[in-house]
Amino acid sequence: MLSRTAANLYWIGRYMERAEFACRLIEATIRLSALGHPGDAEPAWRSALSVVGAEDSFAAAGEGLTPFNATRYLMLTEENGGSIRSCIAAARDNARAARTALTVEVWQAINRAWQVVRGRSSPGGVQNALNLVEELKAEMRGFEGAVGRMLRTEGFWFLRLGSVIERSDNTARLIDVKYYLLLPPGQVVGGTLDRDQWTTILQTVAARTAYRHLYQGPLQPWLVAELLLLRREMPRSLAASADTTVNLLSALAGRTGRQGPADRLARKRSARLEDTQIGAVLQSGLHEWLHDQIRDNAALDEAIARQFRFG
Amino acid sequence: MHLSIHYTTAYHYEDPPRRIVQLLRVTPASFAGQSVLDWRIDVDCDAKLREHQDGYGNIVQMLYIDRPMSSLAVSVAGRVLTEDRAGIIQGLPHDLPPGVFIRPTPLTAPGPAIDRLARWTTRRAGPVLDKLHALATRLHSEFQFDTQATAVDTTAEQACDAGHGVCQDFAHVMIATVRRIGLPARYVSGHLFRRDGALVQEAGHAWAEAWIEDLGWTAFDPVNGICTDDAYVRVASGLDYRDAAPVAGARAGGGAEELKVEVRVDRAMRQAQAQSQN
Amino acid sequence: MVAAGAFDELWGASRNRAPRAGFEALAAWLRDLPPAELDRRQQAAEAAFRSLGITFAVYGDEQAAERIIPFDIIPRIFTSGEWAALAAGLEQRVRAINAFLDDVYGERRILADGAIPADIVLGNAQYCAPCAGMRPPHGIHAHICGIDMVRTGPDDFWVLEDNARTPSGVSYMLENREAMLRLCPELFELLDVEPVDSYPELLRDTLHSVAPARAKGAVCVLLTPGHHNSAYYEHSFLADNMGIELVEGSDLEVDDDIVWMRTIDGPVRVDVIYRRIDDAFLDPLFFRPDSLLGVPGLLAAYLAGNVTLVNAPGTGIADDKAIYSYMPEIVRYYTGEEPKLRNVETWRCRERDALRYTLDHLEELVVKPVDGSGGYGMLVGPTAPRADLERFRAMLKAEPHRYIAQPTLALSTVPTFTERGVAPRHVDFRPFVLTGADGFRIVPGGLTRVALREGSLVVNSSQGGGTKDSFILSPTPQGG
Repeated sequence: MLSRTAANLYWIGRYMERAEFACRLIEATIRLSALGHPGDAEPAWRSALSVVGAEDSFAAAGEGLTPFNATRYLMLTEENGGSIRSCIAAARDNARAARTALTVEVWQAINRAWQVVRGRSSPGGVQNALNLVEELKAEMRGFEGAVGRMLRTEGFWFLRLGSVIERSDNTARLIDVKYYLLLPPGQVVGGTLDRDQWTTILQTVAARTAYRHLYQGPLQPWLVAELLLLRREMPRSLAASADTTVNLLSALAGRTGRQGPADRLARKRSARLEDTQIGAVLQSGLHEWLHDQIRDNAALDEAIARQFRFG
Repeated sequence: MHLSIHYTTAYHYEDPPRRIVQLLRVTPASFAGQSVLDWRIDVDCDAKLREHQDGYGNIVQMLYIDRPMSSLAVSVAGRVLTEDRAGIIQGLPHDLPPGVFIRPTPLTAPGPAIDRLARWTTRRAGPVLDKLHALATRLHSEFQFDTQATAVDTTAEQACDAGHGVCQDFAHVMIATVRRIGLPARYVSGHLFRRDGALVQEAGHAWAEAWIEDLGWTAFDPVNGICTDDAYVRVASGLDYRDAAPVAGARAGGGAEELKVEVRVDRAMRQAQAQSQN
Repeated sequence: MVAAGAFDELWGASRNRAPRAGFEALAAWLRDLPPAELDRRQQAAEAAFRSLGITFAVYGDEQAAERIIPFDIIPRIFTSGEWAALAAGLEQRVRAINAFLDDVYGERRILADGAIPADIVLGNAQYCAPCAGMRPPHGIHAHICGIDMVRTGPDDFWVLEDNARTPSGVSYMLENREAMLRLCPELFELLDVEPVDSYPELLRDTLHSVAPARAKGAVCVLLTPGHHNSAYYEHSFLADNMGIELVEGSDLEVDDDIVWMRTIDGPVRVDVIYRRIDDAFLDPLFFRPDSLLGVPGLLAAYLAGNVTLVNAPGTGIADDKAIYSYMPEIVRYYTGEEPKLRNVETWRCRERDALRYTLDHLEELVVKPVDGSGGYGMLVGPTAPRADLERFRAMLKAEPHRYIAQPTLALSTVPTFTERGVAPRHVDFRPFVLTGADGFRIVPGGLTRVALREGSLVVNSSQGGGTKDSFILSPTPQGG
């Protein structure tokens, strides 16, 4: 496989995952701001912007922080490179460049998602925005299904590799921002708002039922953190993503007959997460620990690009 | 004349490029009035050199370096025996029919300034050779030699309009004008022994050849306003600079580049004596 | 109105009363298909093309960078006899084109013999001087030719233009057939249509046959300018169907005069490059230094005989419109035969008498720039507004050598689906001829382009043209 094609596929995986995450983030934030008291909406949207690292660029764009403006910015604004629209456009651009490595079905799924956002400049009211999110989520499921039906060869592995690397980054950012920013001064920890916020987190990563299933008790922040960071049963957790990364790289190594620094980094990370207890993480400082995870993930991304000659 | 030539091109790169590919047209051929006695190319690192001949008959070397290098020096050295044949070029080992050299190229497309010069040239008295001499003389006397005024992609029309440039621009203006009056003309790159004692030069030289029915290819140096003589070493030719330039290069990465060119053209005897005195 | 006098390929001169012999089945199908059903199928075809992303970018139209070429579901038909005659003529013409290219970049006998004027070859901007003296592997230069043909009567076929650089459109031939099989399966029961789906295989075999004699299992790739190019869909379609890599310039590197492709397993040596980028962009060291599409050193690898370029650099000289007018002489010179395909009468405006004739009859003629393509910059005299005529008159006087003129042909028509029902529209035809080391390959089919505007003679997709499937009927078994 051409190095450039591998890079295209990897980035399709990353961008589509990023778009899907943004969908869930918007959906959950709409819910959160609807549940709370008037005046709760602004911090909810600020933290949503912060999760995807768009707080500064949004402020620079000079629009007031209203639910409508934030939704539009996260969803449709072309100038926001992380908006759903921009992500799908970038995924589609990569897909066009790697057309011969994709099945018609995968290409059409991306193309259809693009048709949903291409002509739109406004998300409309809350209900419209939710409908749009629903429509996009359906296209994303179509994409995942199409990817799932691809041959298990390099093309599939690079697509998935991009998704899991992106997913690790998103999950770590989500926990980091929510854990610190969602405790406004004066609010009692464990109060209504707090519970709503943790529910929001679970919803963002589609894990509400998973939590009930695994813990069978009331929401506890450290258990939510454990679920999303360390539980291997939870497909979006850092630990599960780390395992998947190792497996995908092994599959590629099996095909190409060689391993490299990316394989070693991925295995090291996976082993480290296996030995980690949530209590120790919280004691030593969740924020620092998450930053290490984000940094390690970025280092792995670079190692993958070097190993497969993306540049 | 027995000339010795040392031509060094040294590059320095800010970040070492991953790889380098260069096309070199630096090797002269022997023909009537020019005998290449010896000639070699040295590269200061592990490189692969492959020799080709292009459609014009130029000897083309491809230079490949496939590992990062922070600097590169290519040295070309050799000795050539030359005769003064009043610019008349005969006996080239490979050549194309003159009809190839009649069409304008992007660098030599005529505009109003070239048109004016062409009309002026046509009106000169005497046979074609005299008219072209008049053209070369006029360029020599009226054009300013200026190394700062133009760039490698300056066209003949731009240079003609501005009235200044380097040898490349003089040659392009002459070629464009000669083609405009309906005669084949071509670009020549090579070296010039400076009788004024400037042994070390910052670049190679370039001039023009025009096809004159009874004489064949005749070389004019519009910078000096003369036909070439035994001080000239002809290396490569083509429709314009792009086909005959000594070096065309590409590299992967490498950031900013610093380039230093040094050309030393001397009489071979004198240099041998100078060395023996050291 | 030209259509009135034009030959209709389905109805002949019967004015929609009686179909020509052999076309009864199509006429009946067309008669029996309810208009609403025709409409539904037409819509379905368009939806399918858009969803597949078979798009085409129109030059100079950034807004509509991705637009589908309209597809018309009423097929155009050639009988087996018509096709056999065409195919023989195409083979002869392409043989002459390759012999001509080998000669003008080699010994230049045709010029020395004075069979055609030397200056139109040597002085031509399409003459690739740096490539002179280079003989590509097996002496084949134009491996893929698309010959544009028009028809004016039952037996009157004319070559309008030769395309010997990087002719495009073959993916439409294949996709149109796919669409027809899906949307109108019953037609293939009514008619015995020759399949076209072997084209990618034939092309791949052709590419393999011209590989340098290195080793078995030559690596072939398709070099595209990238996914923003208007023909990218075709590039990816062909690469995919041939099972070869679709590469961009940045995927290739030349080292030691050998072309390598950058893959996740390391470098892989490349033997044959089916390139869909123009000569000028192939190699920034030899040609345009600002080219980002090409590969530095590619021409050196070619000169060294280490890689075959399909088509070879410099083939543009064979499809130049000034050369076109000499094609009958060229065919005679190299084959010793009379040309089987006719050229359209052409006035070369560089010649004084021809220029005078052209200026005197501008309203009747089609004027084309010798180096143009895609229908850009041409004048169709009979339909041109006054201002255009005057503009061309001035341009012809200023630079006569840049133009040729041809009579306005009454191009044949084929029934076509329009907003106001089925109506005749003018068509042309581009069959594709492959030349390998082991002979010619011509798939029985081609691209039929149709001028969708009533009365229009311009079929180029960039100028509002559409496409149709072209059915070549199988020979009917003899005897019985």
